[in-house]
Amino acid sequence: MNSSLNLWVIPILPLAGAAINGFLGKRSSRQAVSTIALFFSGAVFAMALWVAMRFWFSSLTLPYHEYLAHWIRSGSFSADFAFYLDQLSLVMLLVVTGVGFLIHIYSVGYMWEDPSYYRFFSYLNLFMFFMLTLVLANNYLVMFIGWEGVGLASYLLIGFWFTKDSAASAGKKAFIVNRIGDFGFLIALFLLIKHFGSLNFDQVFQSIAPLAPETAGTGLLTAIGILLMVGACGKSAQIPLYIWLPDAMEGPTPVSALIHAATMVTAGVYMVSRSHVIFERAPTALTVVAIIGTLTAFFAATIGIAQTDIKKVLAYSTVSQLGYMFMACGAGAFSAGIFHLMTHAFFKGLLFLGAGSVIHAVGGEQDMRKMGGLKSFIPWTFLTMGIATLAIAGIPPLAGFWSKDEILWRAYQVSWVYWLIGLITAFITSFYMFRLLYMTFFGDYRGAQADAHGSHGHDAHGHGEPHESPMVMLVPLMILAVLSLLGGLVGIGNRFEHFLAPVFGSVEVVEGASHGTEMLLMGVSVAVALLGWWLAYLLYYSRPELPQRIADALGGFYQTVVHKYYVDEIYAALFVKPLIDGSTRILWQDVDRKIIDTAVNDAGDGARRVSDEARHMQSGNIRSYAAWIAAGSAVVIAFMVWMGSR
Amino acid sequence: MAPSYVPLSYYLLLSGFLFACGVVGFLIKRNIITIFMSIELMLNGVNLSFVAFAAHWHALAGQVFVFFVMVVAAAEAAVGLAIIIAVYRTRETLNVDQVNLLKL
Repeated sequence: MNSSLNLWVIPILPLAGAAINGFLGKRSSRQAVSTIALFFSGAVFAMALWVAMRFWFSSLTLPYHEYLAHWIRSGSFSADFAFYLDQLSLVMLLVVTGVGFLIHIYSVGYMWEDPSYYRFFSYLNLFMFFMLTLVLANNYLVMFIGWEGVGLASYLLIGFWFTKDSAASAGKKAFIVNRIGDFGFLIALFLLIKHFGSLNFDQVFQSIAPLAPETAGTGLLTAIGILLMVGACGKSAQIPLYIWLPDAMEGPTPVSALIHAATMVTAGVYMVSRSHVIFERAPTALTVVAIIGTLTAFFAATIGIAQTDIKKVLAYSTVSQLGYMFMACGAGAFSAGIFHLMTHAFFKGLLFLGAGSVIHAVGGEQDMRKMGGLKSFIPWTFLTMGIATLAIAGIPPLAGFWSKDEILWRAYQVSWVYWLIGLITAFITSFYMFRLLYMTFFGDYRGAQADAHGSHGHDAHGHGEPHESPMVMLVPLMILAVLSLLGGLVGIGNRFEHFLAPVFGSVEVVEGASHGTEMLLMGVSVAVALLGWWLAYLLYYSRPELPQRIADALGGFYQTVVHKYYVDEIYAALFVKPLIDGSTRILWQDVDRKIIDTAVNDAGDGARRVSDEARHMQSGNIRSYAAWIAAGSAVVIAFMVWMGSR
Repeated sequence: MAPSYVPLSYYLLLSGFLFACGVVGFLIKRNIITIFMSIELMLNGVNLSFVAFAAHWHALAGQVFVFFVMVVAAAEAAVGLAIIIAVYRTRETLNVDQVNLLKL
């Protein structure tokens, strides 16, 4: 029944694409580079579809294991290059390859005029390789390869325009902040090795499954869970490590869409869901996950209100939506989290690609205050972004409604506090997304008109009016729009949950009495979304003078929000500055220069001085050599006599 | 061991004395011929200890070794004296302090 799927081909395909484009791309034409990039990413998507089809038509039983080669054998511990496919990784596989392929297509149009066209596609394919390794791994160590690899690809792509100082430092920031999270992840892996002797998912979960939940506060599983969550916080941009994601918007927009919205940042959610066996037996860790997720969702959403850079709004929105996913995981509703991960990949990918199309249209401008009235210039972008906005705001029956509502409902069952904060966040989400829509597409165009402005950004090309993007960029937008429209329907009647049930355990039977409550909550969240829409309409369409007055009235608080609660500044004062000062003063000037350098120099000087004396032995006079030999043997003999007489 | 034999330590002391004479001669003499003879003296000092031990332990290996040393010493003497004559012919001196260059 399970003939070999050759899963290993899936990650290898994009790696081949990355290698070909990376090594040969510089000398090939743009057409050749795009053909290779699209061929390999398309082939991997086709293969993922084929696997899904085989599963659908029951010619494949999951979970499916594929052993490739052994890697580490050390005593009883072993880690292999092996792949694992179950319903969870199948969903991730389809999302990553599908959205990834669409964004590859889009990038052909978006990056066409970039001088490092080949480098971009090489990195993008490399990212696909690592992401697929992460998703398909059958043990934590192979997952960790992918985990670090996507971090690398993310770093390379954020700093893609590395000649720009801000891009280079944003890349470094992302990399370093991610390392902090990875540290937690690594320690969790060490704990797993120490106590369970394996990193293989099956073996670890089998040895954990019989354990009782650690209700009495803390324990080993709680520690492992919290450390895993630290890793997830880094990768998935949760409090307190979310600060890198908004800066990551320095990268090209397709990168923001693929890596920093749709796929890589969801790796943390995937990892936590994959480790659900651990979390389910560590209620404290689960609570930590829920609290972090809820706080992040709310906190990031409030920052999103006051941002004026179109990509920054979307970045904070991503952080906030990731918070929702962790809220779901923390509530034990892993399938709801994965469901939101999927729909979010559709609509947030679409929003970023749409934002890219907008930026493209206005010649590299990212400030929404200089946009406005674009809906008549770029109708297709407007239409698709409108759909995505409705989806993220949670207007039924679009994708975001189903998944977000599922999360809120499951959070409500755990505690009404999560639900309430989630609801307020949903309101804010709806508000800032429609604010973005109104500022960008409605009203009058406020951008520079017709003057040749080539100074903004990278892809600025002297042009007058905003213009619609080419078809190669619009088609992915349309496909994603359809997915954002319909993607949520797979969740009706808990079908998505049933699909994932083999991974996360059977669906809890919801007691009949609460069905009315569910409907009520659903109604409330829709009402809240509409309220946010109405408020945005009021403030940014019908009475555009109001926001400034409100901002003035709020004064200091508004400034705090605009400056993202000064978190970057606080971190700089609390961690970065002491670290740099400490490194400079103590490590560099004291330890390095005074201790290490001095020791090395003194050792060198001493050796020279001693050999200065010793070189007189080597006179070139044979008889003096003979004398030295005689003296030496006399010493040896004396020593031996002394030893013998003791 | 019968008491009429000379004790081993006597041989060894003589051997060490001969060897030390050789070393001292090698170190302080200037004439190549004398140095050469000092080397022979050292070799024979060692030879003496070899045969002394061989007799003491009733082992033949030491005596065989002595023959080897004597052969080598004879060969060395033949080659060495030839070189000394060649050196004297070209430099007209046998003072080692003045023969400090391999090539003139």
